[in-house]
Amino acid sequence: MSTKEIIWIGRGGQGAFTAAKLMGAACTEGYSLAFPTFGPERRGAPVRAFTKLSDTPVTDRSQTAAADCIAVLDKTLFTPELFSLLKEGGKLIVNSADETEGAVSFDADSTAAELRLPVVNTVMLAYVGKLTGLITKEQIFAAIDGYMPERLREKNKKAVERVFEG
Amino acid sequence: MKRFLSGDEAFAEGIRLACPDVISAYPITPQTVVVERLSEMVEDGSLDSEFIHVESEHSALSCAIGASAAGVRTFTATSSQGLLYMAEGLPYAAGGRFPVVMMNANRATALPWNIYGDQRDSLALLDTGWIQEYAADAQEALDMAVMSYYIAEHRDVSTPFMVNLDGFVLTHTYENVDIPDRERVREFLPPYETENCFDFEHPKNIGFSAGPETNFIFKYKEHRAFERAIHVIKEAERRFGELFGRKYTGLAEEYLTEDADYVIITLGTAAGLCRTIADELRREGVKAGVLRIRYMRPFPNEEIARALKNAKAAAVLEKDISFGNAGTVYVNVAAALQWAGVSTPLYDFVGGLGGKDITHADIRNIYESMGKGAPRVTFMGIGVE
Repeated sequence: MSTKEIIWIGRGGQGAFTAAKLMGAACTEGYSLAFPTFGPERRGAPVRAFTKLSDTPVTDRSQTAAADCIAVLDKTLFTPELFSLLKEGGKLIVNSADETEGAVSFDADSTAAELRLPVVNTVMLAYVGKLTGLITKEQIFAAIDGYMPERLREKNKKAVERVFEG
Repeated sequence: MKRFLSGDEAFAEGIRLACPDVISAYPITPQTVVVERLSEMVEDGSLDSEFIHVESEHSALSCAIGASAAGVRTFTATSSQGLLYMAEGLPYAAGGRFPVVMMNANRATALPWNIYGDQRDSLALLDTGWIQEYAADAQEALDMAVMSYYIAEHRDVSTPFMVNLDGFVLTHTYENVDIPDRERVREFLPPYETENCFDFEHPKNIGFSAGPETNFIFKYKEHRAFERAIHVIKEAERRFGELFGRKYTGLAEEYLTEDADYVIITLGTAAGLCRTIADELRREGVKAGVLRIRYMRPFPNEEIARALKNAKAAAVLEKDISFGNAGTVYVNVAAALQWAGVSTPLYDFVGGLGGKDITHADIRNIYESMGKGAPRVTFMGIGVE
């Protein structure tokens, strides 16, 4: 496959970069990169993170300008300008209970709340996997087991399961 | 074992495998994660090192020099202002022939204050007698944490070694890395043994003075050690390849340079994007190539001259400028061409200063402008000489 690129948009503390990392870590068969927009970390401030997946080594470390998928974890950060960062046929997902024109709305907040998860990152990750087919549920489980603290694993896996079943 | 790690984390894993006896370091962004991980490893017992908390970078390097003079393997890490604060100790370590290994996270130097990546910190200290390597990805960073000790501590070299990682773009980017088996690393890297240390049985003078009659001889010996290092680097890479299956290419890494009309010469992670654009240009019928300088010292004079001999034009892309002249990498590359009698036009592109993202369009622009004859020095984004 050619390089697939995902942009994660959220606020500091929502776990956008963790989602980017888990997606990269989930891609154990091929090559992947994950990085945030660099700088001091501030709770509540807008952050972007990037995941790149490929079956050949990813040598381009520049920020993604044409994404296969953009995941917006906080609907207040959605702007129509984000569509200009999508490839032809790329998908923009917004965590929202309301419809967003041209984008896919997915109410990650409700799923996270049902399972008493304080952040929506793994729920959004699961939805990105389900919608794009870029990673499977099993790959996400393996990434959670490999890279999340033990006490968080079961709850997050349950959330991922819920999204893939839903 | 495969793990998804940042460049900093990967480097710390490499240091755990190399197992220095003494680590003395002071945290500074974007190197901090290395220091944090190493102190955690010492704490949980997976790394048997003496971790010495120091009050400054000047003390960090002084402490490493002292420990090395006691005959043990040492490690320190820093970045930017921290490296500059160490500057007094750098030629001390080199002149004393203490094979300290240092990780430097390449970062801009103040003022204006800036924590992001460029290479003006280490390039400003090129003449202090340290071997300088620039890694391009997290795997190379990890492997260099191990290989640097083999080279620095080799009897023919006995010279301190600085491994440079691009701030953030490498230190804070996550990717899959293979962590070699500990036993096999032991096979590759034997414990440090030296006669260049304090020894009650065989007392000798260490850290002595040398006047005008003999001083230059010591400097000549340092210079010669860098020439021998070229062979030791090759030997280290051959042995590393046999044991771990990963190949490294010595002082420089070439990509499609053999028949290239236009070549970009660069350091560190920027080479990756240059390769992507070179591939694109090749598909469009332009013969583009990339030469990544891995070692600034010892410098790949022969490799550069050979790769550029038949090119129509070449350009250096560097995150550095030596005010009043050109970038330091450019000056070094130009000298390599001059010695070899290669007259390929060579241009200098200064970019990525203070962490500015280098884009696809920037690299395309370099390839296109060198064909047309660019100014000698171009500040990317400003475009004036």
